[in-house]
Amino acid sequence: MSEKIKEYPGHRIKTADLRAGLVPLIRYKPEAKFAFSAGAAMSRFLEELKNGRILASVCKKCGRIMVPPRTFCEICFKPVDDYTYVKDTGKINTYSVSFIAADASRVKEPTIVAVIELDGASPGMGILHKIGEIDWKEVKFGMRVKAVWKPPEQREGAITDIKYFKPLKEGEE
Amino acid sequence: MKDVAVVGVGCVGFRPVTPELSYKELMFEAAMRAYEDAGVNPRKDIDAFITCAEDYWEGFSIFDEFVPDQLGAVLKHLFTVSADGLFGLITAYMLIKTGHFDIVAVEAHSKASDILTYEGIVNFAFDPIFNRPLGGHPYYVAGMEMNRYLCETGTTLEQCAMVAVKNKRNALANPHACYGANITVKDVLCSECQFYPLKKLEISPLSDGCIVTVLASEDVATKLTDKPVWIRGVGWCTETPCLETRDWGRAVYTELAAEMAYKTAGIKNPVKEIDFAEVCDMFAYKELQHLEALKLCRRGEAGNLVEEGVTQRDGELPVNPSGGMLGMGYALEASGLQRVLEAVLQLRGEAGKRQLPEVETGVVQTWRGIPTATGAVVVLSK
Repeated sequence: MSEKIKEYPGHRIKTADLRAGLVPLIRYKPEAKFAFSAGAAMSRFLEELKNGRILASVCKKCGRIMVPPRTFCEICFKPVDDYTYVKDTGKINTYSVSFIAADASRVKEPTIVAVIELDGASPGMGILHKIGEIDWKEVKFGMRVKAVWKPPEQREGAITDIKYFKPLKEGEE
Repeated sequence: MKDVAVVGVGCVGFRPVTPELSYKELMFEAAMRAYEDAGVNPRKDIDAFITCAEDYWEGFSIFDEFVPDQLGAVLKHLFTVSADGLFGLITAYMLIKTGHFDIVAVEAHSKASDILTYEGIVNFAFDPIFNRPLGGHPYYVAGMEMNRYLCETGTTLEQCAMVAVKNKRNALANPHACYGANITVKDVLCSECQFYPLKKLEISPLSDGCIVTVLASEDVATKLTDKPVWIRGVGWCTETPCLETRDWGRAVYTELAAEMAYKTAGIKNPVKEIDFAEVCDMFAYKELQHLEALKLCRRGEAGNLVEEGVTQRDGELPVNPSGGMLGMGYALEASGLQRVLEAVLQLRGEAGKRQLPEVETGVVQTWRGIPTATGAVVVLSK
C-alpha cells in the first residue's frame, strides 16, 4: 500500500460486526459420521479390556510382543503368530502435563498423559494413557505405574475401560 | 528414457460390507498378495509407496500417517495422493521415470461401509456459498449430466440401461465383483427413478475393498516377471469445478486426458489400436460418455455400440469385462485401480472365465465422481 494514502475508504471490520451478521458469511455444519470397524486384532483387544486384560500379539520371527495388538508384524511384514496377555503394570517412557483443555481454555487441574511401556511387552511398546493419583510435579521418567480399571459392570470394551494409570509404591506389584 | 511396467497386483474384495476387518487389515492382505504376485519383499525391494486416500472418506486427518505399517513401508518413503488410485499409478510412473526409483507400490482402498453419512461427505465437496445451501441428495448432479448428454447426443434411455445389464452380467464371471446379476433392460428401466432420468439400477452401489499394484522400471520388471504389463501412456485433466459453467454434455476432462495419454503412448487411431476398455461407469450413462471421450467411437455413437453388442465381452470392443463399477461397486479411491486390475489380468491372460481372446492393448479411465470434472487415462500393453 502506498504511503501517500492516509485514509482508506470504508470502515474496519470488528469481531462484533461478524457476530452481528453485518458481514455476509455462510455457516455450514458438515454431516460426517463414521463407525470404524475395529478389525480382528483390535476387536479382541477391546473385548479383553472388558475382562480387565491387555491383549498383545506375538511375532515369532522378530520375537516381539506387541501392544497395541495387530494381525501383522509391520517390521517382518507377515501375519502374527499368536496372541498373549501382558500385565497392566509398566513404566513411564515419556509424559506431558496439559494445562490447556480441548477448547484451548486454561484448566486448574492439569491432565498428565504418558506413554507406558507395559510389563511383558517388548521394549518401547505399550499404551498411551492418563496418569492419576499423583501431583504432576512428582512424575518421573521410568516411574512404575499400574492400570486403574473401571468396575467390570461399567466396562464397555473401550480404551477408557482403564480410567488411568496410578503410581506403584516400591515393592508393589 | 526407460519404460515402466505393472509387475504385481493384489486385491481384497470387493464386498458391500467388511465389518470383520479394519482398513489396516484390508490393506495388509491386498499388499501381501501384490508383493507375492510381483515376487518382491517390501522391506527390502520397494523404493517408495503411494497411498491414494481422501481424509474425509477415511474419517481422520492426514491419513497417510496411518498407512506405513500395513504396506511394509515403516521407515520408508511414503506419501498420499489425494485422488483416485489411477492418479497414484500415474505418480508412481513418474517417480520411476525420474530414474531415482526402481520399484514403487501404489495402494487404494475403500472402507465405504464405515461412513454413516455418505451423502453428507459428498455434499461437502460442493461450493459452500453457491451450491450447498440448496440441499438435496448430491447425485442430482448425475441426473442433470445424463439429461444433457442424452439431449445432445440422441442416446436413448434403453441404451443407458443396456450398459447396466451388460456390466452386471459381466460381474457374474468376476470373483472380485459383488453386484453381479442377470437382469433385463426392462428391470433397469422399471427400477426406481431416483434422479431423473437416472434409475436406481444405473447407479453403482458402494463397496469395500483394496487394491495394491507394484510398478517397476524396465530392467527390473523384465527380471521380475515374464508377463510385465507396460504403461505406455498416461494423461489426466480437470475441467472447471463450477457447476454453472462446465460442459454438461461431454466429458471434456476425459477427452483431454485421453489426448495426453494417446500422445505419450504414440497411439494415432485408438479404434484400431485399443483392444478393450475399462472405464468409469459409476452411473450407466458415464460409460457411454467416457467411450466417446476416449475416441473409441464418434460422439453420440456409444449408445449404438452397446445396443449392437460391440461392447460385450465377445464383441469387437469389450468394455468393462470386469463388470465395471456397476458390478464391482463404487470403491471410492480404489475405483481406478479396479480398472487397472482387470486390464492387467486380461493382458496377462489370467482373467479366467472372462478372459478376452488375443488382447494386446487396453485403455483404463477413471473419473473422480460427483461433483468433480476430473479424469485420468492410462494405456496398458502386453
